[in-house]
Amino acid sequence: MTGGGAAWLARRLVASVAIIFAVVTFVFILIHLAPGKPCGQVGGGEYVDRAVCDQLVKQFGLDKSIPEQYWLYLVALAHGNFGYSFSLHRPVRDAIADTIPFTLQLAGAALVLDFLLGLGLGIYQAVRVNRLPDVVLGNVTLFIYSLPTFWLALLLLLIFGEKLRWFPVGGPNDLIFCPAVDSLYCVADRFWHLVLPASTLGLVGAAGTARFQRAAMLEVATQDFVRTARAKGVPERRVVLRHQLRNALLSFITRFGLAFPFLLTGAVLIETIYAWPGMGRLAFDAILSRDYPLVTATALIASTLVVAGNLLADILLGIADPRLRVRADIGLVLAT
Amino acid sequence: MTLGTWLTLFVALVVAAEAVRALRHRGLRSERWRRFFRHRTASWGLGILAFLVIVALAAPLIAPFDPNKQLDILHLTNHAPSWTFLLGTDYLSRDVWSRAVYGARVSLGIGALGTLVAVSLGTLVGAAAGYYQRWIEAVLMRGVDVGLALPRIFILLMAVALWDGLPFAALVIAIGLTSWFGTSRLVRAEVLSLRQRDFVVAAHALGAGTGRVIFRHVLPNAAAPIIVSAALGVGNVLLLEASLSFLGIGVKPPGASWGNMIADGASSIYTAPWSTLFPGLAISLVVMSLNAVADGVRDALDPREEPA
Repeated sequence: MTGGGAAWLARRLVASVAIIFAVVTFVFILIHLAPGKPCGQVGGGEYVDRAVCDQLVKQFGLDKSIPEQYWLYLVALAHGNFGYSFSLHRPVRDAIADTIPFTLQLAGAALVLDFLLGLGLGIYQAVRVNRLPDVVLGNVTLFIYSLPTFWLALLLLLIFGEKLRWFPVGGPNDLIFCPAVDSLYCVADRFWHLVLPASTLGLVGAAGTARFQRAAMLEVATQDFVRTARAKGVPERRVVLRHQLRNALLSFITRFGLAFPFLLTGAVLIETIYAWPGMGRLAFDAILSRDYPLVTATALIASTLVVAGNLLADILLGIADPRLRVRADIGLVLAT
Repeated sequence: MTLGTWLTLFVALVVAAEAVRALRHRGLRSERWRRFFRHRTASWGLGILAFLVIVALAAPLIAPFDPNKQLDILHLTNHAPSWTFLLGTDYLSRDVWSRAVYGARVSLGIGALGTLVAVSLGTLVGAAAGYYQRWIEAVLMRGVDVGLALPRIFILLMAVALWDGLPFAALVIAIGLTSWFGTSRLVRAEVLSLRQRDFVVAAHALGAGTGRVIFRHVLPNAAAPIIVSAALGVGNVLLLEASLSFLGIGVKPPGASWGNMIADGASSIYTAPWSTLFPGLAISLVVMSLNAVADGVRDALDPREEPA
């Protein structure tokens, strides 16, 4: 990258940190303002003995004013300390470290399915535009794209888990034969458990990707350089793959950046339904049990993913699309 | 199901179909509407939406039972679909069809109202940022950046779960307040390019005030992205409400929304799949129709894009 690019990157990094900081602040204030205490009454009745509760509140410093707590939290955060989870009785960092692999596996598998299937279908539809396969696939992807993911999850569970019994109905591994992933058999077992949750997320995503990619391909198809390529006798296959697809992939990069945070937040319901011990479920449980440090930490990670996804997409775009690089050099804003 | 129920349903169907037909007939005169109706799915979507709105409005005529009444907790729980119980009964012996019909009111209502809040807010902020520029734009757009980075479902979970017993209106507002960021970006981009145009400069020169220029000259020309994001927004809000209700913190029981109907049915999905399947199908149908309509509107209002 040139000098303009480096300055741009530095500016973006500062802005990114500021955004994450603002999100953490917002979440911190919101959750501390919420009525009730972590060990207070649940559903009207006393949950913990009042004296014990007061003791705990004091121990975790929750009796201090919100600005003071916020300051202490920031100081701890600056030292790389995420705090101590009330509900899990362990450091937040450990709790998150345990769940991240599961979320990454689920999200990774879902993304692979999403992109491979979505791109393939989108390109195929664009090539067969307005013919029967395109119309049929267009309606199918429109339908799948509109499904509530949690409902699709239940549907797949009902059909493939309960009726056909092809796949397990939940959990990340076989509790008896594979308590830990330590053999080839257990790796296969993990994949087997991954099929339904990953297909749920992946199918809905793939339908969206296919619709998006089809539109992007068709938009490129009307541009002059494609017509030129056809006119000078470039084989159709090459026109589609080298001219159309390469340019349509540019807008796909942006979509990839947007799909990034979906890894975490989109999985809350899926992880709950399939009893998948990932970060989405951790965050959900943390909110319900008013586990302030854990909630703030998961929000921090979620917003970091969003910001990182956007930044990554912009950088990739800058590398892939020379036109943008030139614009950045002469001082115009890169991307929107 | 009584004869009256079927009759009302039939009338709703005919009215919806006729409305779309009439619109289509009238629309053929204008280029935009022609482009909209060229999408067969868009016409279908419009028809389905019209039908469901009529069903929601006429719920008392169409639902044969009280949606929240446990008809016979001893003998009628998880009853399979039949002529009396068109979509079966749920685990509390409530009629799924009646609940689905009344649930349409709640779900469509939240979808429409939540989107109204979100799109109005997004339009106002986007227009202000695009029009005034300078520090106003900087402040607003940095705020939008933060909003887009907020994990929305977490925020809603926090708001709804921790402030126990949030009323319906607060749920709508909470959803609206967390859903406007994307719209404001689109509107700002549109306003930025519009404010340079001659007719805006002319309006200024003729002495029109800022408010008048924004609302009478700039925003009407930015209608395309606003309408499209509203159509897509209703679907998203509907899905969001369904997710929240599914997690047990959206619409309070015993009130029926499609989301908490799925949640109610989920525990008995293996023995009584109908109480989960039908509300889910209803949600999918609405969201699909909205997406189809949004596709049509996009093509109708955006002449740059080649019709596909």
